[in-house]
Amino acid sequence: MEILSLVVTPVILLGAWISGAILERRHLKNLLLLEGGSRGVLAVTIEDLPEDWHVEACEMVMGNVVISQDYFKRVVASIKGIFGGNIGVLEPLLERARREALLRMKGVAHARGYGTIINVRIETSTLASARRDGKGTAGVEILAFGAAIALSSGRG
Amino acid sequence: MIISNTQEIPGKSIVEFFGAVSGSTVRAKHISRDIMAGLKNVIGGELTGYTELLSEARGEAIRRMSGQAEDMGANAIVNVRFATSSVAQGAAELFAYGTAVTVE
Repeated sequence: MEILSLVVTPVILLGAWISGAILERRHLKNLLLLEGGSRGVLAVTIEDLPEDWHVEACEMVMGNVVISQDYFKRVVASIKGIFGGNIGVLEPLLERARREALLRMKGVAHARGYGTIINVRIETSTLASARRDGKGTAGVEILAFGAAIALSSGRG
Repeated sequence: MIISNTQEIPGKSIVEFFGAVSGSTVRAKHISRDIMAGLKNVIGGELTGYTELLSEARGEAIRRMSGQAEDMGANAIVNVRFATSSVAQGAAELFAYGTAVTVE
């Protein structure tokens, strides 16, 4: 059993490293493509509108995504965690997830005919693992939400 | 029912306040989804099953909140906020709250 786990663990690590890298590259490519078009929706975090904007309709829109780190990155992060400091391997995935959540929110607004989203907020929460020992995190949820508005004149 | 996370409904004015309304739901993940997520936990990336589950659950929380506001006789909810908490292993509570108002 000992020998088996000595062989299996590096294989899983390697597999996780490769698949994680492939998935990341593919996702970044896809994000750039979608953000380029950005679906023509303007998303801002301010709440107050300029006086000359006349709002015809308003509806709350949201976009969410649940992600998890690959096994390789989790192992690297736990080793780095011993020494403290910046854990760079965990950053790209969270950044990608936020961009994805924002895009989904914009997609919903676009599909419903809204051109602007105001008061955009982004929330992050961790989901507990279903494992009884409580080890590991099942995932991290990123939720982006805001008030989609349709303008009758001026900007839209 | 107009729902917004802004303090007022843009383009309308608030004429009456009814107070805070809230809705919550606790969801556990289905066993098959958990197994899939366990595999995905190795290779990383999006856990699609959980994404859908949470967005459905949040929709349910919003429906319950709207129901409460409707019972009060309101036609809009402003300043909506969300909170998510892990109440037990493998289960999450999704909570939505806001202020019920009448707008014109």
